[in-house]
Amino acid sequence: MILIAERINGMFKDVKQAIADKDKKVIQQLAIKQTDAGATYLDVNVGTAAADQEGTMQWLVETIQQTCATPLCLDSQKLAVIAAGLKVVNAENGLILNSTPLNKKDDNEILDKFIEMAEKAGQKVSIIALTMDKNGVPQDTDTRVAIAAEMVSKAIEKGFDTQRLFIDPIVLPVKVPNAQVQPGNILSAMEQIKFLSDPAPHITVGLSNISQGATERSMINRIFLAMAMSHGLDSAIADVLDQDLMNVVATSDILTNKQIYSDLFLKVYSSSTC
Amino acid sequence: MQVPEVSESFTGQVIKITLGATKADGGTRTSTVTIGGARNVTYGGSIEDRSEKPVIAMDVLDTKPNKWPDVLAEPYKDVLDSPGDWAKKCIEKFGADLICIKFDGIHPDKANKDAAHAVKITEQVLKTVGVPLILWGCGNDAKDNEVMPKVSEAAKGQKCLIGTIKEDNYKSLTAIALADGHFLISEAPLDINIGKQVNILASDMGFPLERIVAFQDTGALGYGMEYSYSIQERQRLAALSGDKVMAMPVICDVGYESWRAKEANQIDAPGWGAAAGRGPIWEATTAICLLQAGADIIRMRHPKAVATVKNFINEIW
Repeated sequence: MILIAERINGMFKDVKQAIADKDKKVIQQLAIKQTDAGATYLDVNVGTAAADQEGTMQWLVETIQQTCATPLCLDSQKLAVIAAGLKVVNAENGLILNSTPLNKKDDNEILDKFIEMAEKAGQKVSIIALTMDKNGVPQDTDTRVAIAAEMVSKAIEKGFDTQRLFIDPIVLPVKVPNAQVQPGNILSAMEQIKFLSDPAPHITVGLSNISQGATERSMINRIFLAMAMSHGLDSAIADVLDQDLMNVVATSDILTNKQIYSDLFLKVYSSSTC
Repeated sequence: MQVPEVSESFTGQVIKITLGATKADGGTRTSTVTIGGARNVTYGGSIEDRSEKPVIAMDVLDTKPNKWPDVLAEPYKDVLDSPGDWAKKCIEKFGADLICIKFDGIHPDKANKDAAHAVKITEQVLKTVGVPLILWGCGNDAKDNEVMPKVSEAAKGQKCLIGTIKEDNYKSLTAIALADGHFLISEAPLDINIGKQVNILASDMGFPLERIVAFQDTGALGYGMEYSYSIQERQRLAALSGDKVMAMPVICDVGYESWRAKEANQIDAPGWGAAAGRGPIWEATTAICLLQAGADIIRMRHPKAVATVKNFINEIW
């Protein structure tokens, strides 16, 4: 399971404050704690508060890299902010550019640009592509799969290894009125997406979105994660500091035959991914 | 017709380890042995993906064996009661890459010799040969716990491979191997789940995974070799997929297991051909099969079988 740790995000109060105060310690501690907990990548998102988003992205990347070599996931809706992060990031151990839709009303070529940017940045650089296009976020299974199929064809056409492509079928909060049908739609979409190419693209989700605004958030996240892993999910942007959630990852890996069972399987998961 | 490209690539790698400490490294070995490092299945991927050359460890027993068939004992008849000379012969005459001292003689049901004897033999062999050593207990947990820590101490700093630790008996040998700078053999009864468990238990005591060699009880040709084969194969695939507690190199005990087979040791069997050829063929066949499943160290006994397998390794790797 490829775990992208979510906590270095300006939407969280402590990170927002640390960005405002240029307090490196808070950021570096989160980087180390999440790495120790089993993060494969650390997501880096400047949030919305910072006036200079590009400069803040660079500050966050440099701050994290001063203390730990865990690969990063540069997270922004703005191409320029990701491009700014790319200038200072070390992509030697891996990197994810997060994220691009298939296309936008004002930019029909956005996915091409992301692929080119990843190619230029190095062999181990991947991208997260959201199954949405200029018409917005699809509500049904078929449109999600159709967009994913276009993304995979685009990657193949451009000679971009499909294993460097993470497709995100977009998880919506279950608490939103009439959204309770969405988890089912997403699971069916996942099942089809993994057959789009061989080797299959990775499938990832912003897991915590599913429980946005709800009570029992951790429970909702955990159960959906187990369900999704049984439908082909092999990556998630998630709270790796939630030990119960990590235990679900370890157990699902055993039950889907991704890891070899041993009596100490819960213990080994975090130590084997550190 | 063009041969289709079916090669897969993997993200993981078998751990590479170097046994033996030379003078520069604080020991007295005159050579070292490096094993592991594969990035693909045997024969899979590119040349760069292959492992270091597999090696052959020849068995030297601490006490003269009294049940060895004549065919097996014959090449050693002048050295069977002198482990130092025995080891020397294996290196100089038969081309062994390293020596495995098997302490059969300490077993309570056999010669029941004490720790002082085992230490003396260890020191003797360390003096007569310069290759890295494997130090292998008798299999009786209580006796091994009593003797093997002393053996470990006698070879302190030589970076030997010492074993075995098991799921229900790992603490004392793990602690002493850690203190004395050795590598450990983790043993499981042809059970991949237990194999993984033993590695985790040792690692939990602070023993580095990079210093473990995995051993699944070996089955010889006709006696469960296919189980050994598939378990080694599964372990290799786990290593290649990035499972760090399954990424260690692998050792197989081919000599002992092959010579237990009646096809190898029975003299009076007219339909099976001459006894002189059968045993070595049985041993070599088992070894070559397990090499293809991904074994990194093969423990062997008969010089003829060793020659055949060495030739195979040199042709293939």
